[in-house]
Amino acid sequence: MTTTWVKSDRQKEREKLLRAQGRRSLSAATISTIAVVGLVVVGLYASPGWPRVRETFFSWDAMVTALPDILQGFLLNVTIFLIAEPVVLLLGLGVALLRGLRSPVFFPLRVLAALYTDVFRGIPVVLMIFLVGFGVPALRLQGVPNDPVVLGTIGLILSYTSYVAEVFRSGIDSIHPSQRSAARSLGLSHGQTMRYVVVPQAVRRVIPPLLNDFASLQKDTALVALLGPLEALRQAQIHAGEMFNYTPYVAAALLFVALTVPMARFTDHLAARAARQRGGAA
Amino acid sequence: MTLLTIDGVWKRYGDHDVLKGVDLTVDSHEVVCLIGASGSGKSTLLRCVNLLETVDDGAITLDGVELTDVRADPDDVRKRIGIVFQAYNLFPHMTVLDNITLAPRKVHGVGRAQAEEQARELLTRFGLESKARDYPDRLSGGQQQRVAIIRAIATQPRLLLLDEVTSALDPTLVNEVLGVIRELKASGMTMILATHEMGFARDIADTVCFLADGVLLERGHPDQIFGAPKHPRTREFLSRT
Ligand SMILES: Nc1ncnc2c1ncn2[C@@H]1O[C@H](COP(=O)(O)OP(=O)(O)OP(=O)(O)O)[C@@H](O)[C@H]1O
Ligand SMILES: [Mg+2]
Repeated sequence: MTTTWVKSDRQKEREKLLRAQGRRSLSAATISTIAVVGLVVVGLYASPGWPRVRETFFSWDAMVTALPDILQGFLLNVTIFLIAEPVVLLLGLGVALLRGLRSPVFFPLRVLAALYTDVFRGIPVVLMIFLVGFGVPALRLQGVPNDPVVLGTIGLILSYTSYVAEVFRSGIDSIHPSQRSAARSLGLSHGQTMRYVVVPQAVRRVIPPLLNDFASLQKDTALVALLGPLEALRQAQIHAGEMFNYTPYVAAALLFVALTVPMARFTDHLAARAARQRGGAA
Repeated sequence: MTLLTIDGVWKRYGDHDVLKGVDLTVDSHEVVCLIGASGSGKSTLLRCVNLLETVDDGAITLDGVELTDVRADPDDVRKRIGIVFQAYNLFPHMTVLDNITLAPRKVHGVGRAQAEEQARELLTRFGLESKARDYPDRLSGGQQQRVAIIRAIATQPRLLLLDEVTSALDPTLVNEVLGVIRELKASGMTMILATHEMGFARDIADTVCFLADGVLLERGHPDQIFGAPKHPRTREFLSRT
């Protein structure tokens, strides 16, 4: 015996009301957005310094002149980021796992990992890049790279790995101990328990904070400019100096934003998907 | 034939003695029920047998081999003993099928195809074949607990430990889990179960053990323990439940 669902009048009425509510909130959102944007624009135009600001920060000519170079420099930022990101992920997870080893044999490694995260998280990224970029070549060691791009990237990696390791560690710690008990009681070793049970769950949990760290890694690739390579910020600096106009900086900023905004949206998307998959359960 | 011997097991947390010299033998195919008040040490005893806790004194022997020998490999011991906990502890990021096949594949080296075939057989046997591809949070509590039991027996353990496997469940779901345990008994599985379901203990146990404050006060046939308990504390405990 099957009964088919025929929408009752009550449900039809309810859905009509819901649609009306939806339309009302949409128009409310539209009106308030227009009002806010209008106020900002009017405020800008009305301020006495606006013509000058527009000339020095938003000059179309300066933008067109500088953009090709900045864009080319920006490719270097993207390259640094694309190389640093996977390395940071792998090393960060490795350091986090080292800190979780229980066996006494690994005591020195555990201490080293703890020391590394403590010290390197404490050093400002700018300093780290200076230290590696100018310090390492000064040692005049054989076979050590001298390229400022390579050294700057290494500095970024050293800094960010210590953050990311802590993110991974908090993720690993957040997995309930009963999951470990369950895995160990099935005969899985410590390594297998981490690999198949703990780390996969931990990684899912820390994806949003990780992507957040990556957004700031993207921006901090600009710090490599301090060592001299012609990346986006450096190019912008050069053009700004030549033209006595700050528009190139705005252009560089827009490029960075163009990269981080999609990343932020992607983070939200992943978080939302994770929430949906869990079906609201804990 | 004796399968498991627990001999003078002592367990202490801080300065609190939780198990005070427990002796118990379990024969092959025997079903032993541990009963006793909350905090009497039932879970601790089961965790000691599975080496999830280290004993402070005494010995536990399975198939004539001492598990509590400090040189014994705990992973090796756990391969031969299955345990199911009160909260199901399924792995939430894996499907039912992956939960069941993880240990056979990674610990016992069974190939994926064979492991999945065996898992599907077990799921069918316990009426869960349609859930193989589902994630645990899509299952009811009773279904999750049945999957946890299947996961524990998928490695064909010599001994199965069940720690209050029904106490987190809605009363209407208890029966489906108890049905699984009955079926396992019929197939000859040796089991030790800690339980608060006295009716079920009476029905399924070959032997009932009453534990109070870490001491095994009385053991016997269920009819004797529930019908004519010898120890006054057993009598008192049973009259309260
Ligand atoms: N890890 C631990 N640290 C300290 N004390 C513990 C620990 N685990 C258990 N205990 C104590 O040991 C005693 C026995 O606990 P156990 O869980 O074995 O009791 P139980 O008989 O299973 O009780 P219940 O029926 O409530 O499950 C309790 O007093 C408990 O507080
Ligand atoms: Mg218990």
